[in-house]
Amino acid sequence: MTYRVGEAHSMGFQVFVPFSPWSWLLLLVALKCPEASSDLNESTNSTAQREPNVRFAAAGSEPDEKISVFALDYDYVQIPYEVTLWILLASLAKIGFHLYHRLPGLMPESCLLIIVGALVGAIIFGTDHKSPPVMDSSIYFLYLLPPIVLEGGYFMPTRPFFENIGSILWWAGLGALINAFGIGLSLYLICQIKAFGLSDVNLLQNLLFGSLISAVDPVAVLAVFEEARVNEPLYMMIFGEALLNDGISVVLYNILIAFTKMHKFEDIEPVDILAGCARFVIVGVGGVFFGVIFGFISAFITRFTQNISAIEPLIVFMFSYLSYLAAETLYLSGILAITACAVTMKKYVEENVSQTSYTTIKYFMKMLSSVSETLIFIFMGVSTVGKNHEWNWAFICFTLVFCQIWRAISVFALFYVSNQFRTFPFSIKDQCIIFYSGVRGAGSFSLAFLLPLSLFPRKKMFVTATLVVIYFTVFIQGITIGPLVRYLDVKKTNKKESINEELHIRLMDHLKAGIEDVCGHWSHYQVRDKAQRIHRIKRLSPEDVESMRDILTRNMYQVRQRTLSYNKYNLKPQTSEKQAKEILIRRQNTLRESMRKGHSLPWGKPEDIGKKMFLPRRVGLIFRITHCASELFSLRPYPTNLTGTSGRRAGTKNIRYLSFPYGHPQPAGRDTRVAELTDNDSSDSELPSIMFKAHSRAGILQERRLTQEIIPMKSLPRGGKPSHFGYQRNTSQEEHDGRGRREALRPKPLFHAVDEEFESGEESGEETSAIRSRWSGEHRPTRQHHRSHSPLLQRK
Amino acid sequence: MTPGVHCQEEWDALCRFLRLVVVGVARLGSVGECHQPPAGGSSSAVSDVFSLSFSPSLPCFPVSSDQIEQLHRRFKQLSGDQPTIRKENFNNVPDLELNPIRSKIVRAFFDNRNLRKGSSGLADEINFEDFLTIMSYFRPIDTTMDEEQVQLCRKEKLRFLFHMYDSDSDGRITLEEYRNVVEELLSGNPHIEKESARSIADGAMMEAASVCVGQMEPDQVYEGITFDDFLKIWQGIDIETKMHVRFLNMETIALCH
Repeated sequence: MTYRVGEAHSMGFQVFVPFSPWSWLLLLVALKCPEASSDLNESTNSTAQREPNVRFAAAGSEPDEKISVFALDYDYVQIPYEVTLWILLASLAKIGFHLYHRLPGLMPESCLLIIVGALVGAIIFGTDHKSPPVMDSSIYFLYLLPPIVLEGGYFMPTRPFFENIGSILWWAGLGALINAFGIGLSLYLICQIKAFGLSDVNLLQNLLFGSLISAVDPVAVLAVFEEARVNEPLYMMIFGEALLNDGISVVLYNILIAFTKMHKFEDIEPVDILAGCARFVIVGVGGVFFGVIFGFISAFITRFTQNISAIEPLIVFMFSYLSYLAAETLYLSGILAITACAVTMKKYVEENVSQTSYTTIKYFMKMLSSVSETLIFIFMGVSTVGKNHEWNWAFICFTLVFCQIWRAISVFALFYVSNQFRTFPFSIKDQCIIFYSGVRGAGSFSLAFLLPLSLFPRKKMFVTATLVVIYFTVFIQGITIGPLVRYLDVKKTNKKESINEELHIRLMDHLKAGIEDVCGHWSHYQVRDKAQRIHRIKRLSPEDVESMRDILTRNMYQVRQRTLSYNKYNLKPQTSEKQAKEILIRRQNTLRESMRKGHSLPWGKPEDIGKKMFLPRRVGLIFRITHCASELFSLRPYPTNLTGTSGRRAGTKNIRYLSFPYGHPQPAGRDTRVAELTDNDSSDSELPSIMFKAHSRAGILQERRLTQEIIPMKSLPRGGKPSHFGYQRNTSQEEHDGRGRREALRPKPLFHAVDEEFESGEESGEETSAIRSRWSGEHRPTRQHHRSHSPLLQRK
Repeated sequence: MTPGVHCQEEWDALCRFLRLVVVGVARLGSVGECHQPPAGGSSSAVSDVFSLSFSPSLPCFPVSSDQIEQLHRRFKQLSGDQPTIRKENFNNVPDLELNPIRSKIVRAFFDNRNLRKGSSGLADEINFEDFLTIMSYFRPIDTTMDEEQVQLCRKEKLRFLFHMYDSDSDGRITLEEYRNVVEELLSGNPHIEKESARSIADGAMMEAASVCVGQMEPDQVYEGITFDDFLKIWQGIDIETKMHVRFLNMETIALCH
């Protein structure tokens, strides 16, 4: 017994010894265990040394022995276990990657993933471990691919996409075809040269290879573009390519695979080729059709989920996936279906689902696609290291050369044509950038890796060539495109984030649509605006559908998502309204607590939360505005120039446009009365709602009215020019003292608080209580309306 | 006179239109860079006359002859074959109903400042010339223009937008006016309360103040966005690539400012 234990121990130890220098590496832990377990297969494992009896009970073959208390079955969990470790490792690598600030600017993230993958591959290769079969055809097409495509479709910046849709379709569609056939045919010519030893590669195989190698994946380029803020059309060209290229390549790939299968048994006739072309069209169009239908269904369903918002994300994901599967069932293009589905439903879904669901959807989608892509990249790295390669200089070099040549041809030819129809043509610089952004990625590799070996005896060579092209484009082009963009000095959009611009641009959009209506033309702005009016479903029940359609149409008009910020791997960090609220509530509590303790000016004290959570005065208001604005415009949260340090400055000194009531000096005599009023109104439980809701702000209102009467305000012309009401904030010192206490208690003023006060300025003679009731009465219905935002349900 | 003129109205319109061109040229004083003549091929009277009388030597016409023809047809449709359009005529445009800033758009058509007829006030009715004048604000900018022309064009477009905000034509967008516009903009959405619209306008105004004035004295009051401030706000946006309407997919579009 003891002998056996010792043996097991030493065997386990033998395995461990060679790797002990690396044992800090997280991954090795995973690799060592299977190593050990497979070596010690006859016994249970090496870690059971503490309980030899138990181990032998398990190892011994007597069936009526006791149940093993401690056992290990690694084979059972191997695949998910290692996959999890891969993803975790990649995530850790990403964290490290982004911790060092300069690195992300230097190279795209896919480089990192590939390197990590290659490391893992080297370890696996070194340990003679067998990598888990993560990738096979069905796994890739059913599970890995859909999230990536869905993410692309869902985060598509709708507006600029449809503004440039003609050029995008022209370029992405035809470009992929030209590249595929160009590369395939010219490689076929190369293969005819006997000296290269490639004469067994026939035309179909070459075409297939062309189709898979032409699937570009310019996500890395998009990140560079975003950072360099290149002009919108250029960005959209690359984005459109990223979005549609996959679909087209996969369709082509599948058709060619079918041809190859057929070719094995019989000859291909011209009819078949024609049928193939027809099929290409049908597969594409059918896929889009399916996607749009499912998109509308899910958009419709999300209208009724406001009471069970937990399933909102589920509906979005399930319907997208369903569209993919349904299209695939009919041999249509699932990729195009899921893209179309995401694009269609996005706008409506965003309107219908709750804020939290929306966030969930966003993050979950990013996460899924990032996981898929990480897996593919790592798997690519893993399969780089190994013996599964066939290096043929001629084939690989010519592939590389033809990829560049044909990309150049397709870019310059296609854009020459499309420039004829564009109001603002693409410059030569733009075209050069587009040419240079032909980065291959996960898609090409997966397709190459999934080639059926039975049909492609030289699959290894194809895989090798694909890997070389990917490595070349990702590492060399991906790293140099940033400097190139800067060097060429491509036309940039200097987009700042400001509410003014948002408003003006919005106004201009409506204006343009209006002018076009007046002209009675149907140009592409209108196509964009009104495309969705076409689907008037008048069948169901007339009234409901009517109102729903109105809302949908109004939604169309209302918000145009302008997230140019397409970042494959990250979402913009967002400060949600809730966080802002929380911060403010906590601050308020801190203030009150410090009041109780008798400090006159709470922010003078280093309170624990007060210190941490202390914000510039105006932040609350800015958050409120920001929130409204981002609700309306889907703006990203406000730039730091208002919330950040300058905000603090602006709040106290800079901006005199609106004066904030908290700044109003109050004579000490009135102070007590104000205090009474406010204390009555803003009891502890009510305080947050005072701060954040429009209702029950009467307390502040009263108070401010009093304030207003008292302040000597020369510059407040009440009647004539209302907008000149920049109150002065002459914060004189003697008043300041009296104010301190009150100011601490006073809730954060909001803009509308100021407004209301201003509006009701003429009724200043009225009793404050009357005003209070009036205000609360006015606001209650609004809140209700706000809560149940379906007119359909309201009616019932 | 000219062969092929089918109806008197059209000819009237054409005369008015020619007058407009002459006036426009006179007003401009300088002759801008002229673009190609409109492409031939259209058999209609207007374009015949156009190409006869306005061969390349005439500069700066807002839109090409085909477009004018198109617009004239539309004008007649809107006016119900009357020589002028009144405000009520815009009610006939069904697509416009959903536009949240509908009233502002309609108003812009009758704004004397946009029509270059005065510094304030509204016209009661506009004729085809005026209609064209309004439309000419929405030309795309030609790539062959030099920097100065682009700037001028940009300014014109921005002025049009500015007038949409500045409803009392005092040269300032006051807070009230701004709020008004924002409320209208957001009126399409039932979920948004009026006051959120206001707080947005207020925030925007504040931002404008900080952008345009920067450091302000304690007793200084920002009275409203002047046109210069407006230009400042728009600095980052290349409006010349945005504010244009493709009247048609036309071949050539000549420019003026």
